[in-house]
Amino acid sequence: MERPLTQALRADGAPLDIDEYERAGGYRALRTALRELQPAALTAMVKASNLLGRGGAGFPTGVKWQAVPMGPSARRPKYLVCNADEMEPGTFKDRLLLEGNPHLVLEGMMLAAYAIEAEVAYVFLRWAYQRAEETMRAAIAEAYARGYLGQHIFGSPFSLELHLHTSAGRYICGEETALLNSLEGARAIPRAKPPYPQTSGLWGKPVVVQNVETLCNVPVIVERGVDAYKALSRTDEGGTKIYGASGRVKRPGAWELPMGTTIRELLEEHAGGMRDGYRFRGLIPGGASTDFLGEEHVDVKMDYASVMQVGSRMGTGTMVVLDDRTCPVGMVLSLELFFARESCGWCTPCREGLPWVARTLAAIEAGQGQESDLELLAQQSRLLGPGHTFCALAPGAVEPLQSAVKLFRDDFLRHIRERRCPFRGQAA
Amino acid sequence: MTTATVHIDGRDYRVDATQNLLHACLSLGFDLPYFCWHPAMGSVGACRQCAVKQFRDEHDPHGKIVMACMTPAEEGTRISIEDKDAHEFRASVIEWLMVNHPHDCPVCDEGGECHLQDMTVMTGHDYRRYRFTKRTHRNQDLGPFINHEMNRCIQCYRCVRFYRDHAGGRDFDVFGCHDDVYFGRHTDGALENEFSGNLIEVCPTGVFDDKTLARHYTRKWDLQTSPSVCVHCAVGCNTIPGERYGELRRIRNRYHNDVNGYFLCDRGRFGYEFVNSPARVRAPLERRHKDAAPAATTDAAVRSRLAQLCALPSRTVGIGSPRASLESNFALRTLVGADRFCLGVSERERRLLLLALALLRDGWARAASVHDVETADAAFVLGEDVPNAAPRLALALRQLVRQAPMEISDGLGIPRWNDAAVREAIQHERGPLFLATSGETRIDEIATAVHRAAPDDLARLGFAVAQALDPEAPRIEVGDGVRALAGRIATALVTAARPIVIAGTTAGSEPLLQAAANVAHALVARGRDARLALVLPECNSLGVAMMGGASLEAALETLRRGEADTLVIVENDLFRRVDERTAHALLGAARHVVVVDEVETQTTHYGDILLPAATFAETSGTLVSSEGRAQRFFDTFVPAGDVRPSWRWIAEILDACARNEGWTSLDEVLAALARTMPELARVVDAAPPARFREVGQRIPRQPHRYSGRTAMLAELTVHEPPPPSDADAPLAHSMEGYPCQAPSSLVPLFWSPGWNSVQALNRFQEEVGGPLRGGEAGVRLLEASGAMPYFLEAPPPFATRAGQWLIVPSYSLFGSEELSMLSPGIAERAPAPHVALNPDDAGTLRLAPEARVVVTLAEGKWTVALRVSSAIPRGVAGLSVGLPQVRGVALPAWGTLEAAPPGEA
Repeated sequence: MERPLTQALRADGAPLDIDEYERAGGYRALRTALRELQPAALTAMVKASNLLGRGGAGFPTGVKWQAVPMGPSARRPKYLVCNADEMEPGTFKDRLLLEGNPHLVLEGMMLAAYAIEAEVAYVFLRWAYQRAEETMRAAIAEAYARGYLGQHIFGSPFSLELHLHTSAGRYICGEETALLNSLEGARAIPRAKPPYPQTSGLWGKPVVVQNVETLCNVPVIVERGVDAYKALSRTDEGGTKIYGASGRVKRPGAWELPMGTTIRELLEEHAGGMRDGYRFRGLIPGGASTDFLGEEHVDVKMDYASVMQVGSRMGTGTMVVLDDRTCPVGMVLSLELFFARESCGWCTPCREGLPWVARTLAAIEAGQGQESDLELLAQQSRLLGPGHTFCALAPGAVEPLQSAVKLFRDDFLRHIRERRCPFRGQAA
Repeated sequence: MTTATVHIDGRDYRVDATQNLLHACLSLGFDLPYFCWHPAMGSVGACRQCAVKQFRDEHDPHGKIVMACMTPAEEGTRISIEDKDAHEFRASVIEWLMVNHPHDCPVCDEGGECHLQDMTVMTGHDYRRYRFTKRTHRNQDLGPFINHEMNRCIQCYRCVRFYRDHAGGRDFDVFGCHDDVYFGRHTDGALENEFSGNLIEVCPTGVFDDKTLARHYTRKWDLQTSPSVCVHCAVGCNTIPGERYGELRRIRNRYHNDVNGYFLCDRGRFGYEFVNSPARVRAPLERRHKDAAPAATTDAAVRSRLAQLCALPSRTVGIGSPRASLESNFALRTLVGADRFCLGVSERERRLLLLALALLRDGWARAASVHDVETADAAFVLGEDVPNAAPRLALALRQLVRQAPMEISDGLGIPRWNDAAVREAIQHERGPLFLATSGETRIDEIATAVHRAAPDDLARLGFAVAQALDPEAPRIEVGDGVRALAGRIATALVTAARPIVIAGTTAGSEPLLQAAANVAHALVARGRDARLALVLPECNSLGVAMMGGASLEAALETLRRGEADTLVIVENDLFRRVDERTAHALLGAARHVVVVDEVETQTTHYGDILLPAATFAETSGTLVSSEGRAQRFFDTFVPAGDVRPSWRWIAEILDACARNEGWTSLDEVLAALARTMPELARVVDAAPPARFREVGQRIPRQPHRYSGRTAMLAELTVHEPPPPSDADAPLAHSMEGYPCQAPSSLVPLFWSPGWNSVQALNRFQEEVGGPLRGGEAGVRLLEASGAMPYFLEAPPPFATRAGQWLIVPSYSLFGSEELSMLSPGIAERAPAPHVALNPDDAGTLRLAPEARVVVTLAEGKWTVALRVSSAIPRGVAGLSVGLPQVRGVALPAWGTLEAAPPGEA
């Protein structure tokens, strides 16, 4: 099985330095592209590969790039930003790449910057990823030292300045427009679209923001060609995907696998099944802001379209597994506390609705719930839906909530009727 | 206007296609609730209150919720306000806001005029389901003007958008995140921005309340209000004063599309307390002989004394005032005759005012309204410290610099109402604003370039700009640096669609006015739609200039020549106008002095008779703003005591001298004024006359819920007295009268059913953010005729003098205006007297940074604090003027500076 993004990773977890990376074929794609591909051709290639954004939304990468104004009339400088603010609960796939294969991230950024004719690039890195900060800083220095960054890269007319920005640590900075505000030094609040960042994004100039894993796919596409890249996948969504699993499974972790690997394979083959004494009850497939799936969905293929069909989202593709000895109310409460805390405070529904939800869940968990609370939670889930709020944070936050209230309704009712958490003392 | 047809709940409407749906719905009169959107600040989509259902087409049965404020009013847009889901969502937004909003309406100053209350009722949310604790905040002391009650905050972000984005404030921001967002300063302290008072009206609920109102609090529905005009500078902002129990309680903004729009400065808003000041003169006082103290007297005694004093009008000199109404000045002029009428200003100021008038009357460029400045795309300021002398104009300049860069956002297809997106696209780009001043100003930070020099050198720059624009303009030799700058300014102005030139009289320099006139002339000669904005010192400076009259120095000569022996002084403290020697000489040269004034001043001490004049809140009258706009203010309440408008006291004197003019009402005075002075004839049309009625009714000054009417005087009489009659205004001191929208110059308050807050204004405008229905208040009296040739003579270059400094005037927004300084809050914010000096000059004088400096001028000596400022040119010093401690100086003038001896205060 091919693992183009991770097969070169060292077993000891140390990052590949520039020599190791080049020995493993690194920077070949960039050389090829600069020599043989016009920016528009590269964009067309990425579009043809059907690379979908790996940050969770699954937006076609090539389509995003095509919206960037090109040519001499475009406003400059143009920017490329690598979104390395990985803070989705249960998600640690970008970390694997940032810590283990930093030059792959850089090469992906350089290719993307070349495709959109950007002059300046930023890595927007989550503050808590301090090891990644070290590896990225070292890698950037190595790349500059070899002349792979800076003026006239590989003797081509293409030049790129690349900076590392360590963020201050807010979940909302993962939202691309809030990230851009934060990068500009403003409050990390999202922006309304349109205008899209490709026309007016960073300091009023065109920018493309792309997730770490997405960017790492770009050298693969260039290196192998569109067809070979697409062949890596089991579905029509191109490439491989770094999946992950956490919770009470035998071997929690992250694995690069063909796009479209089923949940059952992930759970049973790669995560080793449930830990002894624990039974599977459900999972959230791609980080905290996705709907719970139950036992009946374990044969679903993990790609954007397939998971969408069964009423959830693949999101980041890193699942959190709920077992039979963990309180589902407590799990949802923990998620909602996170989302309420990470709300930026800009729009009313998210700012006021999520804390209300969290407090209601806390009351239920503490045995002070009321049956009408379930109706309230369902209603809030509906009212905090897409289009109602300013950005996707609250709609994402209510996905696990709305599905949990349906899927685990009996657990909620037991909390309320028994006036206590029936799981207390079981989880150990 | 590009229009579009939009379908709202099954009907088609034509709306402004460049606007958003919220703007469209409100302009059409729909009740669509909102918070974060503001007509002057655009949309940001934060509060989610204006949700409506949008449908793709007529076959779309489901539709989706969108925010009206963030959705363009495009052709064919189909929306429903009444849709069940939209309705439920809007009620939910209120429910969310109420999660943390304290239920303290009964003790909240905003109660009864709270937009949040109105919107809550509008959405129908009425039952509290949230059962947990609320978040609480610590409040800050924000200074003498504003109360802070953060617990009430609904996080609409309007305050911070106004304060920072619109008004350029720095010391106020939003802190924190999630449901713990805080709007305030980094620490307690007075808000520094001079437009902070607008937070009171911008905030949709009671977070920022008027602290001056709180000290004598009354509900909005218990305030008697009237349409008025600010008296604290010459811009002529429209205001709504509110009164109860004979005390003026507050000032609110009265929207005028061409003048103040939605915003007032803090001096205009909080300067009103002089009306309640202990310094007010409440009853006639008489001084039996020169050394006696003024004592109370009787009507009869006053009448006979006045008859005696003013028996011979030909022996009387009348001193009018730029802070008195046209009517009062005209009455005085009628009493003494045109030859012996004095404008009440020094010869120097008179010349400046007449020159300013000549520019507006015979110059080439049209006088700019505030709105013109706000929407223009380039400006050149010559000599004036706009933020201190005409603050509302400075706020307009902050909007002006945003106009030209909006080409960028326009080019990206971003609608102008999409505020955050426009700001993101244009970043820190600013349109051309060139400032040429003798010291720093608070708008330096937004200027394209700042040029500092002595006034004469600034004027030379102006002449050079005119020359760069038009080869016909007078030639002038200037250095390369100035020539290059002049070229840059000329290019910026001539390439702009609507360039503005700003100058004025407060810099005290005729050459500066002439230079500005030449620049405006040259721009018009080049075919530009240039406008000229003049900064004048007082609320009726231009009015008295148009009336014409002598200076105080000339009045002194008349007395000295023995041609007169009696002075009648109306609303004027001579000691603020001329130096102490001249003022004493004037008062000493007169055998009899009659003073009519609102407050006690140094001058009132010299009156043989002191007559209590009514303030703007107690009488009606007309003022001419610096734009040449005559505007009527109407009395808010009937004052206690024997306080009367000055013109009525003059009528009394005329009557006592058996020269009854038959003036029983303001309209009769105005009619006489119009007959006598053709140029001012149109002031009659500034507002409808007192006999004006709507459906046979007057316009009520009291709202229909005015309470306690029958009990207010119960300790005096159990009978309800009839409302006081008002011969001067078509308004009634009553809650009874025409209940609908009055003509815009007569609107005493903004209220509409369901809209109790200031936001009711939407219902009074032709379209939201546009002109008031029925035309804007006031009439413009002057339209530039273009008859004036270029001024040919530029002043010679400024030359420093050894041991002497050119002392130039430095104004303080808080402190330099006479009446507002009687308001405690304004006095608290006023600076101590100071002189600003270049660091090199301070070094030459061996002045320590904390030194006190003795400033010696022809008029006298002042010991003031030193302010070292590299913005001051060498050889020049900026002396704070108009403060109670430093007045009666004519600047610029040469003077000397020295360190104050130790221990001297």
